[in-house]
Amino acid sequence: MANVIKLKKGLDINLKGKATAKISAANASEVYGLIPDAFWGMKPKVVVKEGDDVKAGDALFVNKLHPEMKFVSPVAGKVMLVERGERRKVLSVQVEAAADQQYVDFGKKQVNSLNAEQVKAALLESGLFGFIIQRPYAVVANPDDMPKAIFVSAFSDMPLAADVNIALNGKEADFQTGIDALAKIAKVYLGVKAGSIVENTKNATVTEFRGKCPAGNVGVQINNVCPINKGEVVWTLAAEEVAMIGGLFNEGKVNFTRTIAVAGSEIKEPQYKQVLIGAKIGDIIAGNVCSDKKVRLIDGNPLTGVKTDENSFLLAHSTEITAIPEGDDRDELFGWIAPRFNEYSTSRSYFTWLQPKSKEYVLDARVKGGHRHMICSGEYDSVFPMDIYPEQLVKAIIAGDIDRMEALGIYEVAPEDFAVAEFVDSSKVELQRIVREGLDMLRKENE
Amino acid sequence: MGLKKILDNLKPTFSEGGKLSAFGSLYDAMETFFYVPNETAKVRGAHIHDAIDSKRTIFFVVIALIPSILFGMYNIGLQHYDKIGEESTLLCCFLYGLAVILPKIVVSYAVGLGIEVAIAQWKKEEVHEGFFVTGILIPLIVPVNCPLWIIALATAFAVVFAKEVFGGTGMNVFNPALVTRAFLFFAYPTMMSGDKVWVNGNYMDCINGAPVDGVSAATPLGQLAAGEPVTASPMETIIGTIPGSIGETSVIAILIGAFILIWANIASWKIILSTFAGGALMAYLLPYEGAQNFEWWEQLTVGGFCFGAVFMATDPVTSPRTEGGKWIFGFLIGAMAIIIRVLNPGYPEGMMLAILLMNIFAPLFDYCFVQSNINKRAKRAAK
Repeated sequence: MANVIKLKKGLDINLKGKATAKISAANASEVYGLIPDAFWGMKPKVVVKEGDDVKAGDALFVNKLHPEMKFVSPVAGKVMLVERGERRKVLSVQVEAAADQQYVDFGKKQVNSLNAEQVKAALLESGLFGFIIQRPYAVVANPDDMPKAIFVSAFSDMPLAADVNIALNGKEADFQTGIDALAKIAKVYLGVKAGSIVENTKNATVTEFRGKCPAGNVGVQINNVCPINKGEVVWTLAAEEVAMIGGLFNEGKVNFTRTIAVAGSEIKEPQYKQVLIGAKIGDIIAGNVCSDKKVRLIDGNPLTGVKTDENSFLLAHSTEITAIPEGDDRDELFGWIAPRFNEYSTSRSYFTWLQPKSKEYVLDARVKGGHRHMICSGEYDSVFPMDIYPEQLVKAIIAGDIDRMEALGIYEVAPEDFAVAEFVDSSKVELQRIVREGLDMLRKENE
Repeated sequence: MGLKKILDNLKPTFSEGGKLSAFGSLYDAMETFFYVPNETAKVRGAHIHDAIDSKRTIFFVVIALIPSILFGMYNIGLQHYDKIGEESTLLCCFLYGLAVILPKIVVSYAVGLGIEVAIAQWKKEEVHEGFFVTGILIPLIVPVNCPLWIIALATAFAVVFAKEVFGGTGMNVFNPALVTRAFLFFAYPTMMSGDKVWVNGNYMDCINGAPVDGVSAATPLGQLAAGEPVTASPMETIIGTIPGSIGETSVIAILIGAFILIWANIASWKIILSTFAGGALMAYLLPYEGAQNFEWWEQLTVGGFCFGAVFMATDPVTSPRTEGGKWIFGFLIGAMAIIIRVLNPGYPEGMMLAILLMNIFAPLFDYCFVQSNINKRAKRAAK
């Protein structure tokens, strides 16, 4: 029986358009694109030229600082374009898919017979190492580090997020193999919710979390199980990526297929799609988006995702595509006093508290207020289930006070941990951006 | 919609480079007053937001003040007619009070908002709405007979030196409304000692700054400080039909406001509760010497105690940000207010000074709680 940790703080936002359990394969894209920005903190060095033929599993770019860390093509085909932006920054490497899919053979391996270095080497070579995110800094992990522990969260409770039980369905064996492999490197902690299909995973310390969003955030789980101290490194991975690692050792090839949720109030039929990383967003949502108003497409969930469009490509870590109204043409009159029955708010100055809990809300992308200094106190704290003072930490970041950031626990957080706080904030401070900048500032300072 | 069209048409005139760009902040303020901003979330970060914003928060405080304002208006008239010995109707009292308070509200808003808009324009920022609360609080905590030019002066002082020099709403150390009162208290002590309130005379003369010809009525606190028996019964102090500053007399009206603020999660119930706890304990331990006709708990019903606890101490900007700090902050405000009242005959009312004093200490309370978190983390790392 797993340990149970109950978290009191948090907020579940009930949005309209949750994905139903229906799963189908997405339309195959003609072109797939790998976006380096999805691997935050890594500087890419492109190792292919336009016109090169690649197999699925061949490197497209490597980490400049750690050239052994490869980022591989999800499909076989011909490199069509290395898209660059300002100052030649690599925006994406695009591969035109071939009709005949060939995979690089990394060789099946018995995980039990491998040591930590061999596991790392296999992950670096196959392009899966780049999926590991380290704390501090919430960036791509450094292969030279020996992490204190590896944390995997097997659920997400962000609004409209994909159900990990559905995404992992049928991949339980690969998931176990992946955990076994990671356990060679460091102690593995697995966070689950009640009813998880992987709650009986072996070789990992399983903890069941009960509570509201963001209880599914791996950072919240780390803070409540085994908090990070200065000088320590912890690696984190998403559940589906653990199964990909298992697949690598069990099959000898990397399969970058994910089962992602396509959800949101502006999706006609919210459902799950099996899709390759790097697939074109337009192909995933083809014909499934309401067209009667301006829609915001988000790669990820509405709290932590990245705004995207039909011509962009599915980011490496994405577990869902969501669509919400943009809302910039609403022109709502007297918002400061009108009852606004359809708006969602944690404040009782609206009527959310009168509505049944099952009511699903359609929220648009408006910020819904002017940006202010932090006025109300305790707002962040009420949705921040970590032993950290979020408001004081954010103020230390704004002030650029590195010693204070460290003292207040910046090593333990990632921007996503502040997502719910950013949602409830009546002063509309861009918390995730500020935390990202703070982490990047600290990393630069310490390197 | 017509209004939207008018605003959109005017926008270029008020934008950078337009003819009236010097009034750009005023235009922004008007536009966001009418319409929820259509600004949408950036590429990264939360794409959805709670519908609550600081405008709505601020206006809910104003709504919570309405019972006190309405009762205050009625009470001004009641005290007036009572003193001159005339019979009057409820409507008469009310209208009389309206005539007294309206100029004060207009002056306070005009001066405060004028300065805020000008500074926002100068800093090229949006006008912050915090003054909507300050501007209504000021008329409620000054004596009924306070001349308008003094209110204007005090408001200007508070907005500039208590708020804008610190960086505006959200950055101030002291509650600006209380700074207004403190300014009056020290600059014009004869107007403000808090022991007597003019209840009679022609208030309209105040506009011209003419001396008020009237009879003074002692407040319960003034009577206590002078060692006289308190004439008001507990029932009267709770209902509020006693002389005093406009907003502070009715405990019932203030508690209705407190309920609204706590219900809407705007004011911290912890601060309100602990202020009353601190005040009650100190009032019990430290009774007025020789007070006649006055129970210890009546301390909490007279003067500005309730009003301060509910509307002043709970200002989120000038109170502690940590939950533990709020308990201590409130408790010490309550205790300190009673100590000043009882032990310092020069200051019959201690609430204002107690809150301002604790405003200074609020960061210290926070420091203690945040530092213990920091120490815990450092200790963990050292293991």
